[in-house]
Amino acid sequence: MNIYVLLKRTFDTEEKITISDARIEEEGAEFIINPYDEYAVEEAINLRDEHGGEVTVVTIGEEESEKQLRTALAMGADKAVLINTEDDLEDGDQYTTVKILEAFFEDKDVDLILAGNVAIDEASGQVGPRLAERLDIPYVTTITAITIDGESVHIERDVEGDVEKVDSSLPLLVTCQQGLNEPRYPSLPGIMKAKKKPLEELELDDLDLDEDDVEPKTKTVDIFLPPEKEAGKVLEGEIDDQVKELVSLLRNEAKVL
Amino acid sequence: MGKKMLVIGEAREGALRNVTFEAIAAAKQISPDGEVVGVLCGEGDLTEQGNEMVYHGADRVITVSDEKLKTYTSEGYGQAIKAVVDDESPEGIVMGHTAVGKDLTPKLASKLETGLISDATEVSNEGGNVIFTRPIYSGKAFEKKIITDGIIFVTIRPNNIPALERDDTRSGEITSRSVEIADLRTIIKDIVRKGSEGVDLSESKVIVAGGRGVKSAEGFEPLEKLAEVLGGAVGASRGACDAGYCDYSLQIGQTGKVVTPDLYIAAGISGAIQHLAGMSNSKVIVAINKDPEANIFNVADYGIVGDLFEVVPKLIEEIKQIKVNA
Repeated sequence: MNIYVLLKRTFDTEEKITISDARIEEEGAEFIINPYDEYAVEEAINLRDEHGGEVTVVTIGEEESEKQLRTALAMGADKAVLINTEDDLEDGDQYTTVKILEAFFEDKDVDLILAGNVAIDEASGQVGPRLAERLDIPYVTTITAITIDGESVHIERDVEGDVEKVDSSLPLLVTCQQGLNEPRYPSLPGIMKAKKKPLEELELDDLDLDEDDVEPKTKTVDIFLPPEKEAGKVLEGEIDDQVKELVSLLRNEAKVL
Repeated sequence: MGKKMLVIGEAREGALRNVTFEAIAAAKQISPDGEVVGVLCGEGDLTEQGNEMVYHGADRVITVSDEKLKTYTSEGYGQAIKAVVDDESPEGIVMGHTAVGKDLTPKLASKLETGLISDATEVSNEGGNVIFTRPIYSGKAFEKKIITDGIIFVTIRPNNIPALERDDTRSGEITSRSVEIADLRTIIKDIVRKGSEGVDLSESKVIVAGGRGVKSAEGFEPLEKLAEVLGGAVGASRGACDAGYCDYSLQIGQTGKVVTPDLYIAAGISGAIQHLAGMSNSKVIVAINKDPEANIFNVADYGIVGDLFEVVPKLIEEIKQIKVNA
């Protein structure tokens, strides 16, 4: 099986966020593999171990993204591809990303593509379904279980808490939800091996694309922090009195009762 | 000049979800003088649902009914709505940012080769530009976004843009359109409903949520009673779900549901960042926790430091009392 994983390097949102010049300050911040993409890497490795084949991890980003790709290789992926847009693109959106991925996949023989269901930074969740549409293959989002039996695929997906059981067939794209698996930590031998695994670097030119082909359709005009919340009122006194005061505040001050 | 706006409606177990009406209101904010055309997919007669969209502000509604559209699939709905978009050539499309909205709209945007702004919480018109505000970085920041090329396509987060008042004196044409739906490559075999009865969590105006401090499945009983008295829904932190006190369908947070009710009561929830990502934009937050250092107090508007098993029953009584007096 030819298995591909779409991976994004993201800002660790557990970090404190500061903004300068209407941009998120990245200096000194911690970067990680998008947690939902980790589920995708883990599942891809398991499926390869069961059915044979090869796992290729693909990312679009800058030179720094190599670190996250090496981590995926250390987990057990076979090959990695970095589509480096550092010199070519200033801005992009999901349309841009998918245009690039579409060009990348054009000459690939794909059985299964796995991605996270959403990236925790920009949180659009668009790339998976958009790409499947361009490649004209079916997709299933927010999956929590997958079994492959020949050409047919049995999936469970999370739909706002309900479980939907879906049958589909290869080739297929899926996006991963929490609950699918527990991603492994790279082992020391895994990390050693990853250093020697192939990591191919491409630029837009190599995909026969230029800047105009991938021009975004949307634009971010401002980024700001939510207004600092005034410190809340922690009530005092006997519990009975606190409860009375709370209800009165909810009713008269907050006007939600 | 007003724009022609298409609003994709969404039903759950036969009734339209409230976010459908909020999407109509959003369409009117995008283009106050525009025309709002609703579109509904499903099986059987959808006239009644179409009329509900009209009562909430749609000018007319197009329904596509087919047995292949009985349950939602991206392929089935994608084909049906693409056909309507081709007929109507709208200048904008709005849908709720729900499980269906998240699954369907990127496919449509890709088919139509347009941009898509997902999960907007606010619409504003400034100097001829329609600007959408959306949370990013787990709700720790916001961005303002515009469409620079092509039609305006947006999904809106439930419970943020108020729906218009229902007015059943409004009337509008409900047209049915048949679409030849090709064979589907993904088939829904079964849906196991786990969601709590009654109020939908993501659309509820009041949520009472429990965390590890609830200590057991039985511990959720007082929270359920409180939710009932307030006409709200029960939610939970990941900790409570992981501990097996309640089903994952109740989970609120980064991996669970994102909610923005008018009133959020957090009982026995410490306030981990993952949980805050799912609820910190609620309008009023009440925290009840034994630990005065709990992080949840940092986002709460009102806090009671105390044992939830003592506080919650008293709260129920007090609220019943004012309801009687009202």
